[in-house]
Amino acid sequence: MLRLENISWSTPDGVGVLNNLDLTVPDGKLIVITGPNGGGKTTLAKIIAGIYRQDGGKIFLNDRDITEADITERAKMGISFAFQQPVRFKGITVRRLIELAAGEKLPLDKICNYMSRVGLCAEEYINREVNSTLSGGEIKRIEIATVLARHSVLTVFDEPEAGIDLWSFTNLIKTFEDIRKNLDGSIIIISHQERILRIADEIAIVADGSIKAQGKPDEMMKLLLENNSVTGKCFKQEEMF
Amino acid sequence: MNEITKDLLREISDWDGEFKGAYNIREDGQCAGRVSSKNIKIESKKDKPGLEIFIAPGTKGETVSIPACVTHGDVDDLVYNDFFVGENADVIIVAGCGIHTETGEPARHNGIHRFFLGKGSKVKYLEKHIGKGHGTGLRSIDPVTEAELEEDSQLEMDTAQIGGVDRTTRITRAQLGARAKLLIRERILTEKDQNAKTDFKVEMNGKDSGVDLISRSVARDDSHQEYHSVIVGNAPCTGHSECDAIISENGKVDAAPELHARDNDAALIHEAAIGKIAGEQILKLRTLGMTEEEAEATIIDGFLS
Repeated sequence: MLRLENISWSTPDGVGVLNNLDLTVPDGKLIVITGPNGGGKTTLAKIIAGIYRQDGGKIFLNDRDITEADITERAKMGISFAFQQPVRFKGITVRRLIELAAGEKLPLDKICNYMSRVGLCAEEYINREVNSTLSGGEIKRIEIATVLARHSVLTVFDEPEAGIDLWSFTNLIKTFEDIRKNLDGSIIIISHQERILRIADEIAIVADGSIKAQGKPDEMMKLLLENNSVTGKCFKQEEMF
Repeated sequence: MNEITKDLLREISDWDGEFKGAYNIREDGQCAGRVSSKNIKIESKKDKPGLEIFIAPGTKGETVSIPACVTHGDVDDLVYNDFFVGENADVIIVAGCGIHTETGEPARHNGIHRFFLGKGSKVKYLEKHIGKGHGTGLRSIDPVTEAELEEDSQLEMDTAQIGGVDRTTRITRAQLGARAKLLIRERILTEKDQNAKTDFKVEMNGKDSGVDLISRSVARDDSHQEYHSVIVGNAPCTGHSECDAIISENGKVDAAPELHARDNDAALIHEAAIGKIAGEQILKLRTLGMTEEEAEATIIDGFLS
């Protein structure tokens, strides 16, 4: 279980982004964090992964205080982070990146397993470099494959739908539905997308730097649709596509 | 053949106690072993130090290895090697040079290689350079590569200088006939106060010829690299060059690519990028459990692989 207590964070020039935020993510659950742009969602995701250091508050993973642990230490404890804009590497192949994530050399069938879970054929991709020749949808799925290979206790996906085309988006939803069915540890997804919200065990609404509400998807969707004045226009409905 | 040569051969030419196919081992300016094959004849030059290597037309799947090793200081080795590749041959040539000095005295190898590719021939040329040993003696390797590609021939050059060479000036010149293709893949790592200059000139004279020149380099510590490439399109042709460099600490890189289109249907492209390792790359690898130092090493290893 992940527990955040009283988390605060300000930009280097002093603008408050997170204000005394509390969040609990139970074991084996998929939590989608949504809310208006600028509300602090990505900041929250980066604080959980250790990429940003909070100004105040405490973080516990399975009751262990990890507040002072850095990115590497948190990764070794089993926290994974899928970037909103996946990073490209000249010279590092898809296979190498997945093996780096797994922490060991992998036989082809295991790599195939991770790649097929994100809808890619391993043989077509494993020897390709993770460079700019990969499309936005391809690299997004490879990013997800790398975090699947880590068998994490907690995985954070930062806006997985950002920057991908409609066709890739439909496949991305299928990928998350599959991950949901075979849940391996807890998952946090930062998202605006209704279809991703609907596969959550719980939805947490972040606005103005704190959790405004957290609960079952039906209740939270109702709240989101009925009360934009509280949350702002915080998610894109399916009909938009 | 001394033990230092054996160690160098393992690193520069994957030597495991023997070579497959024809070979010539050069040790401190002398021949330490030579074998020709039915299709590949290796002969000494008569007018100057070096070899003439004749690859018979139609030779397929053979490898010829001509490594050169300098095993102590106070050696200035100059060698001229000419490769005559017969029509429609398809072979691998493994060159490479290792330099070892412990005495504080300089050691240098200057290999001048000329390639004459007959019509329809295909050559993969592998060249790895390293410097080893302790002491302040400068280790220098100054290769010159000249290639003439006849119609429909293809030369793929894969060159690497990964550490230990204090000074290097690498000169590559090529002339391409119709439909000839040249692929160059160069990787250079410099550290401490090392200096590397690399200079390419490729002239595409035949219709539908093409060159793809990819250079990746890492300049660390106080090292300095200079990259200069000239691609000339004298006919309808395609040329692409890509120069990527990572700098760290006080490393410096100068890149000066030139493209010269001399025909209306010459299509030439250059891409260049120089900079330190992107912070987000280190962050990504740290989220996979690496330390910052491990992440940097992994990024550089991959970049130069």
